[in-house]
Amino acid sequence: MSASPAIVTHSASAELRFRYATYLGDTSLILAQRLGEWVGHAPALEEDLALANIALDLLGQARYLLSYAGEIEGKGRSEDDLAFLRDPSDFSNLALVEQPNVDFGHTIVRQFLLDAWQLELFEKLQASSEPRFAELAAKALKETRYHYRFSAGWVVRLGDGTEESHNRVQAGLDALWRFTSEMFAPGAADEEAAAAGLGPDPASLRAAWLANVEQVLQTATLKRPADVPFRWFGKRHQHTDHLSHLLAEMQFMQRTYPGAQW
Amino acid sequence: MSQQRKQWPLWEVFIRARSGLEHKHVGSIHAVDARMAIEHARDLYTRRQEGVSIWVVRSSDITASDPGEAEALFEPAKDKIYRHPTFYAIPDEVKNL
Repeated sequence: MSASPAIVTHSASAELRFRYATYLGDTSLILAQRLGEWVGHAPALEEDLALANIALDLLGQARYLLSYAGEIEGKGRSEDDLAFLRDPSDFSNLALVEQPNVDFGHTIVRQFLLDAWQLELFEKLQASSEPRFAELAAKALKETRYHYRFSAGWVVRLGDGTEESHNRVQAGLDALWRFTSEMFAPGAADEEAAAAGLGPDPASLRAAWLANVEQVLQTATLKRPADVPFRWFGKRHQHTDHLSHLLAEMQFMQRTYPGAQW
Repeated sequence: MSQQRKQWPLWEVFIRARSGLEHKHVGSIHAVDARMAIEHARDLYTRRQEGVSIWVVRSSDITASDPGEAEALFEPAKDKIYRHPTFYAIPDEVKNL
């Protein structure tokens, strides 16, 4: 039984499942880390807890996906190895989620744009040919519906709030909009995953995402920025400098004291 | 900072632990509107599966009895023990009474 085609196909598909799982897992993980930076610094105690709660949901998604990725890779890497011992160039998260918090307005806009995308993604990922992705999607969808309720509510509250809050949230939108095109662009694991029936075609998520986003922006009296050709492809491992700074802080402990336990 | 930072209004939070039980007061949170109050109540008071339903009400909308009137309001009930339903046998099947 040497080199049967069935085995070759299976290993190719395991490799793709690894890349797809890390793409989705890294995106949740990096956003969780960003939100974690707010702990102790949010504008109100209640918001502090709200952001931490969302971060914990995202961290749960990341743990599930990175554990699965390590399992499918078969090299004995755990979720922790993948989270704490990979270099920035090995991460394939969306560039949007590594963007700095800046202020509460930026943070909320980043969250909102991502939540609206995850809403469509997880809805369709429930039909994945891989039961593990389908299971993750069903659980994460419920979490995301709440995240979206929270972030969309804040976008409207700030956008349609005072002049100061409106300007800040519009500035966040202007700065972050350019990172949204990556969500729907082809040329990475998600496109291959779609061809293999693992997940939805990234481009197919755009119409519903945009309809949702535009409706909220309108209610919030915010202006949708123009699409620009400029593109970062975090999912193709092309990151902004922000990721290496974020990872330096996130990975410091494991890198300094390898294998340290609580 | 020229503008004074204002505290958000206070809301009282009531949680129903499970279907069939009543909502119980669990505490209070700050929020600018009802939607946010529900979210904050959810994030603060249902983190460990404490409930299946939330009520919030602005603290300022609650009318409280005057402590100074406590004697007039509550003491007259003191000597009317016949109002206690202690003379009934409660069937074992009845829960949450």
